[in-house]
Amino acid sequence: MIRFVPRARTPVWLTVAVSVGSGLAALLLTAVPLALSGAPVLAAFVLMAQGAAGDGFALAETLTRATPLIFTGLAAAVAFRAKLWNIGAEGQLYAGALATVALGAGLIEAPAYILVPTVLIGAAAAGAALLLIPVLFKTRFGADEVVVTLLMNFIVLLFVQMMIEGPMKDEMAMGWPQSAPVLDEATLPKLVAGLRLHWGLVIAVVAALALHIFITRTVWGFRIRAVGENARAARYAGLPVGKAMALVGVLSGGLAGLAGASEVAGLKGYLTSDLSPGFGYAGIVVATLANLSPLGVVPAAIFVAGVFVGADSMSRAIGVSNYLADLVVAFALLSVLVGGLLTRFRIVVVRRGTA
Amino acid sequence: MWDAFDILLQANFWAATIRIATPLIFGVLGALLCERAGVLNLGIEGIFVAGAMSGWLAVYLGLPLWGGVLVAAGVGALFGLIHGTLTVPLGLSQHVTGIGVTLLATSVAYFGYRVAFPNVATPPRIEPFAPLDVPVLGELPFIGPILGQQTAFTVLAFACVGILAFVLARTPLGLALRAVGDNPEAVEAQGLSVVGLRMGAVMAGSALMALGGAFLTLSAFNAFYFGMINGRGWVCIALTVFASWRPGKALLGALLFGALDAYQLRLQTITGGAVPSQIFLMLPYLFSIAALVLVARRADYPRALMKPYFKGQR
Repeated sequence: MIRFVPRARTPVWLTVAVSVGSGLAALLLTAVPLALSGAPVLAAFVLMAQGAAGDGFALAETLTRATPLIFTGLAAAVAFRAKLWNIGAEGQLYAGALATVALGAGLIEAPAYILVPTVLIGAAAAGAALLLIPVLFKTRFGADEVVVTLLMNFIVLLFVQMMIEGPMKDEMAMGWPQSAPVLDEATLPKLVAGLRLHWGLVIAVVAALALHIFITRTVWGFRIRAVGENARAARYAGLPVGKAMALVGVLSGGLAGLAGASEVAGLKGYLTSDLSPGFGYAGIVVATLANLSPLGVVPAAIFVAGVFVGADSMSRAIGVSNYLADLVVAFALLSVLVGGLLTRFRIVVVRRGTA
Repeated sequence: MWDAFDILLQANFWAATIRIATPLIFGVLGALLCERAGVLNLGIEGIFVAGAMSGWLAVYLGLPLWGGVLVAAGVGALFGLIHGTLTVPLGLSQHVTGIGVTLLATSVAYFGYRVAFPNVATPPRIEPFAPLDVPVLGELPFIGPILGQQTAFTVLAFACVGILAFVLARTPLGLALRAVGDNPEAVEAQGLSVVGLRMGAVMAGSALMALGGAFLTLSAFNAFYFGMINGRGWVCIALTVFASWRPGKALLGALLFGALDAYQLRLQTITGGAVPSQIFLMLPYLFSIAALVLVARRADYPRALMKPYFKGQR
């Protein structure tokens, strides 16, 4: 019989070994359907790696794709730490994007040093407000936030479609349902001329650092962790559980809203209903790969982005469907979950009768 | 104004209500079976996709329609095995594992579809379940046309409601399943296997979920489309709470949802574009959230839901 004995502390080498091992396991598992489909397995993986990081352009593209994933990964990490199961980052991202075009596409005319912060704050506020609804439902009525946040994703996307086909539609866009473009003063500048990489990445990394310091070094950060570890004990100890949950909601929703702002103001320039190919859901994967650590979110997001960018490029080269990327990511998530057992427990084989 | 009321008198509306409700009946039954045993299965959305795709593909490749149904159930059970293994004996987070299973099942289905049909402009079709020819009742006015639009797959859904209600309420197996979601220690004390019961419930529940997906491709439509599930699985999770984990109420909840969805579709044509169509499309989701919030206070969650059980450990 096998027993899991909790570890008091996890050696660093083991954490790293498990992360790398999970990544390898994900690739091995993905090789099965890939081989069954008759594709050249090794060539596909090599092309994926080259497409993700083979040259400067590929790397820049990976970092561009990682930017929204850092935001949504942080959103999931901070929420899951407090056991607030926010599966609604996709909707909060669109709420942030909607706020970005609402504020940044001509409503306010101001120089960039005013308009950019205004747009970012507005987007974060929109995402935060959206998540506060299910948090309120949870704390007031005991309604499960998983289902509410999931269903709100569909409602928000429909609302976005309604706005860009109606009141916010760009009349200059030849009939395409899209919003008017954001003003130049609301645009996040490019990091390197000629590449798509923009200042959103810097903001995302700063947000990761800030969140790390907040969670590990402040009283409210401690309270959030305490609520996540054991809400009942936290309540018993006199911690303001409701307020801590609301704060988590504001942080998580706000970060997801920033993902939307960064995509619109940094990359696309306007809002369409296909702005996000599931960045919100992928954020959950990123956060889990990072073991819910804000600093770990950055490399995890770059890894996931690399898989997607690499798969797109591989798909163009040898015609294997780029849904392969989703397979790798799903397998990576499940592998990391199982791998996490090894870091949290020692696996002890107990002979029957001696236990 | 009367047009809006008139919808309720159309046989077509009631037929559509049942058609929209059928996949949800399977989904809610599957979700409540898993949850009654103590396991939240958020893999449901992906299992719907995998069931829709695999059942359809099996029929496309030459199996009879009921063969496709079996294949879908088997594929669902397989994903149930994955979800169950990770969450029951390994005790991993049921939320995150469920999302992972949804991602996996969806991407396996999409990838498999793309491998089978690399470049198709229009999705290939099959000959779906034919409408039933109901004797006697089919001759009746109003009732006849409603029944005449349903297929044997819908009958299976209604039968599953009865079977699951009977098994859960009246058999020793049902008692054990309910107990394992409420008080696993007591089940263990009876000498029954908590892990075995929970694994079985998750696999059977996931098979039911996959049937919900297969209904869409084998009966409601005749092809597989990307994005055709569109949150139906998540709706089922909300309806499960609304149904307070009872098969009879699950049927009621699914029919209510089906009626609302069928109603908004017809109301859209009446208002003729005066109201944006998205408002109507939001209604089913808003209804699900409202239903969840309304019942949440007195919802009687299975007491050991989402609590992993390890033998000999408190």
